[in-house]
Amino acid sequence: MVGQLMNWQIALPEIVLAGCGLLVLMVGVLIKKQNSAQLCSMLVLASFLVAALLSLSAPQDVGYNGLFTLDRFAVFVKILVLIAASLAVVLSLDYNTHHGIARFEFPVLILLSTVGMMVMVSATNMMSLYLGVELSSLAIYVLAAFARNDVRSSEAGLKYFVLGALASGLLLYGMSLVYGFAGSLDFASLRAVFTTETAQLGAVVGVVFIVAGLAFKISAAPFHMWTPDVYEGAPVPVTGFMATAPKVAALAVFVRILSMPFGHLLPQWQQLIVLLSIVSMVWGSLAAIGQWNIKRLMAYSSIGHMGYALVGVATGTEAGVRGVLVYLASYIFASAGVFACIIAMRKKGHAVERIADLKGLGKTDPMLAFLLMFFMFSLAGVPPFAGFIGKLYVFLAAVQAGMWTLAIIGVLTSVISTFYYLWVLKQVYFDQSEGAFDGRAPSVSFVAGLGGLVTLSFFVFASPVVNAAEAAARALFG
Amino acid sequence: MQPWLVNYFPILVFMAIAVVIAGAMLGGSLLAGWQKPYAEKLSAYECGFEAFDDARRRFDVRFYLVAILFIIFDLEVAFLFPWAISLGHIGMFGFWSMMGFLGVLTIGFIYEWCKGALDWE
Repeated sequence: MVGQLMNWQIALPEIVLAGCGLLVLMVGVLIKKQNSAQLCSMLVLASFLVAALLSLSAPQDVGYNGLFTLDRFAVFVKILVLIAASLAVVLSLDYNTHHGIARFEFPVLILLSTVGMMVMVSATNMMSLYLGVELSSLAIYVLAAFARNDVRSSEAGLKYFVLGALASGLLLYGMSLVYGFAGSLDFASLRAVFTTETAQLGAVVGVVFIVAGLAFKISAAPFHMWTPDVYEGAPVPVTGFMATAPKVAALAVFVRILSMPFGHLLPQWQQLIVLLSIVSMVWGSLAAIGQWNIKRLMAYSSIGHMGYALVGVATGTEAGVRGVLVYLASYIFASAGVFACIIAMRKKGHAVERIADLKGLGKTDPMLAFLLMFFMFSLAGVPPFAGFIGKLYVFLAAVQAGMWTLAIIGVLTSVISTFYYLWVLKQVYFDQSEGAFDGRAPSVSFVAGLGGLVTLSFFVFASPVVNAAEAAARALFG
Repeated sequence: MQPWLVNYFPILVFMAIAVVIAGAMLGGSLLAGWQKPYAEKLSAYECGFEAFDDARRRFDVRFYLVAILFIIFDLEVAFLFPWAISLGHIGMFGFWSMMGFLGVLTIGFIYEWCKGALDWE
């Protein structure tokens, strides 16, 4: 008991990162300089690097009396979350200065949210899971409303807060039902309970509530209604952050909670995940058609992508989990890259976000147009870009599990979604320009360039990523 | 019924008694009392004065800020009491956990102080 309790080193990455967050907060508030935001962003990026190195080197074990675990699965997801959060911080450097919201709290809030996500993916108890979900969500509510003088940003923050609170309520209600009918909050004990006896109806209802609450967090349809409005209103780096890091973490929670404690309830939850997946894929590809705002387009695109990732979750197999992880790894770079391009959309000092504003980009800024093409092709799943490899592994898992319907619907909807990705590219390359964009900041070019490089060359270093994902999946099922 | 649900039976009894007593008090005064309402009796009693104005008016947002900041330290005390009682059982780990919690709160306090959240003007 005491030995397990004192096994505190496994949470060292989170502890160090949280400590760094407090330190950066103190630095920011005590140094009364104009550029404290830039300084704090740099410090936060350094903290992310330290946390990533610690995650890779910390001993992998279970600790805190079974509340917390560090396994290969958690490490893989934590690295993805840290990369996504770092990209968001880099994107915020130029955007926040330009929009007059360069306050040092911004990187600190992103850091705290990241700590919450890292706790989420390591949680092996409902309580630590809920703690992580709340920490990550609370910071993002504030971030969504960070441009507090902007009505749309405030609206986005409020909407996200109200619906996020509803989602947390569903999650808690589900947890309490599971606790009431199975008698434990611990994942390992829950697994033992569901192995030996058939689940009572109340426990299954609890699982359904938990799935619904988490589906809100990853904005899978039909729990997606907040997404377009919040994505449109929130500052672009925040939208970029919300589209990547929390979704990666919440999907990881999905995978862990459905395979560990509820692994033997597969027949009960599989239908549910299949439904979520199909509705998300169909709605993500159909509703995006006709959007004129690129941030709303990306919102629907992200709903669709969560649908594809859920295909892997729905299989409930090791191959499915591997597919989800590869998919997420490919998705975050393309998504962050698109948001870098959105930040670059600025005419005469004013940010523009209509897709029509991209007209003629192929001539006025060939480099950015080229990168945007990479991202759009990757999101559409065109070979040989990263998105294709992600989709390949997810659909492969579905076919191996005999879920042909899901795989066929997935392929069909990705063909439909290719239409709107290509429609954006049509404007970029075949329409007359209505004025060039202002010069790009180096930080924005860096994220776009890095994203482009990774999405283009993903197939070259796909095998280490796939191997790591496979090892991560095995850690969960082994 | 689950056997352990029996443990909650006293709570059920307690709730039933609460409902009965509260209902008896309200219902009894409604039935047995001498009802003779008029405007003066129904108006709000404010220390013998006439009511100045409507109670639903805007007040300074700073009260809200102070209240929120107070809640945090209120909770801190709520955590400190059970911690102090059980300190002998939870050992050094328990001690340092609370020190960590207090450290986080202190940093939050420094932040709010430096940001001027405690200045009224």
